[in-house]
Amino acid sequence: MSELWSGITQAFWLIVTLNADLVEITLLSLRVTLSALGIACLISLPWAALITVRRFRFRRILIAILNALMGLPPVVVGLIVYVLLSRAGPFGVLGLLFTPTAMIIAQVLIIVPLITSIAHQSLRDLWVEYHDMLISMNTTQWQRVKTLLWDSRRALLTASLAGFGRGIGEVGAIMIVGGNIDHATRVLTTAIALETGRGDFALALGLGFILIALAIAVNLAIHGLSHTEREGRW
Amino acid sequence: MSVMFPLQICGAQVRRRGKVLVGPVDITLQAEGLTMVIGPNGAGKTSLLKMLHGIMRLNAGTVKWACDQDEARRRQGFVFQTPVMLRRTVLENLIYPLALLNIPKPEARERARDWATKIGLGGAEGRQATVLSGGERQKLALARALIRGPDVLFLDEPCASLDGRAMREIEAILQAASAEGTRIIMSTHDMGQARRLASEVIFILHGVVHEFSPAETFFETPQTAQARAFLNGDIVE
Repeated sequence: MSELWSGITQAFWLIVTLNADLVEITLLSLRVTLSALGIACLISLPWAALITVRRFRFRRILIAILNALMGLPPVVVGLIVYVLLSRAGPFGVLGLLFTPTAMIIAQVLIIVPLITSIAHQSLRDLWVEYHDMLISMNTTQWQRVKTLLWDSRRALLTASLAGFGRGIGEVGAIMIVGGNIDHATRVLTTAIALETGRGDFALALGLGFILIALAIAVNLAIHGLSHTEREGRW
Repeated sequence: MSVMFPLQICGAQVRRRGKVLVGPVDITLQAEGLTMVIGPNGAGKTSLLKMLHGIMRLNAGTVKWACDQDEARRRQGFVFQTPVMLRRTVLENLIYPLALLNIPKPEARERARDWATKIGLGGAEGRQATVLSGGERQKLALARALIRGPDVLFLDEPCASLDGRAMREIEAILQAASAEGTRIIMSTHDMGQARRLASEVIFILHGVVHEFSPAETFFETPQTAQARAFLNGDIVE
């Protein structure tokens, strides 16, 4: 219990004094996860919409695989990305291993199935509702995709936030591909893992509280900006 | 007069999971008038309208418009029994079909405002369409279909479960559209409405057209026993 209290006070002082290391790893955490989220959304959302409105062979199998990949073990993703980016790997020449870019790649791979799958659930419900109307209006497939994405935007925001939550709290993959290098690839989660290993539970807890606060703050900010939960709005 | 007519329906049939929903239908519709599809619940009215509109694919026969078939699809509108509202404001719902036609935004906005006023929703342009009352939603769905200026408008029981006032407003819009040259083909099981609006009647039962005749003939001297029973208010099976 005393360690919990100590963690809270440490977190408080780290924030109040704007500790330079804390600011650096927090900003890197945000940079990596928000970049991964942006790229993942660009891939996932149109993909989810296409799976919704198009009928093609193996569609059901694809959806089942996507759903299964939601639980993709981050450590395995990290290992695969590590192998691909290591010197001996096919992309070794790019020299991306142990850089924030490698961490972004790993996070994209982890959160794309999650966002696609959740987005697909929301889009599918709306497609059932809109199907006959959109067909009766003689819409093209592209117009249907655009309409579904726009009218589901708040549900898609939730899908994106789920992706953000998975990314910001992820440690296994980015530890492997980032290496937890001080002033280079250290983020909140890897720092927590490091401090726990060192036995500095108070600092680890402090960083943990900051991570939770950060996740809540980003969620609130995005909800606030998108005007969700207001009367008469979706 | 619309270039889409006559509409020739030859042996058209829709089946789903081995069950015949409608057909075979063999009728020809001309360019003028208001065709009312009537019949008891489950008779196949909705299926017939969806088949003619092309939402339901044919399993047999043809539905042939006088013009190019793709062109015909573009010139039609459909209003569903349960109006589907886009999760947008009233004004945005009206702008949507115009945006699909690439009509410039200022013009689309102006036309949408005119229609919102015309259907009595001028003061509710900024409200979410999904929170409107049933009557308001149906009027909005109707305006959204008419704003494109379709040559043919299909309506599937547009006044089902509406109060008298909403029904009167919707009928007024339909009569105005019909007077302006929109060919209306709609279903109802409200005989009063059918008598008020119809110029010709398709009586359908078990997916089969039992009678297709001018409204006056149908209501005065129905040709089939089933139609007579239906008009008498008997239960028709």
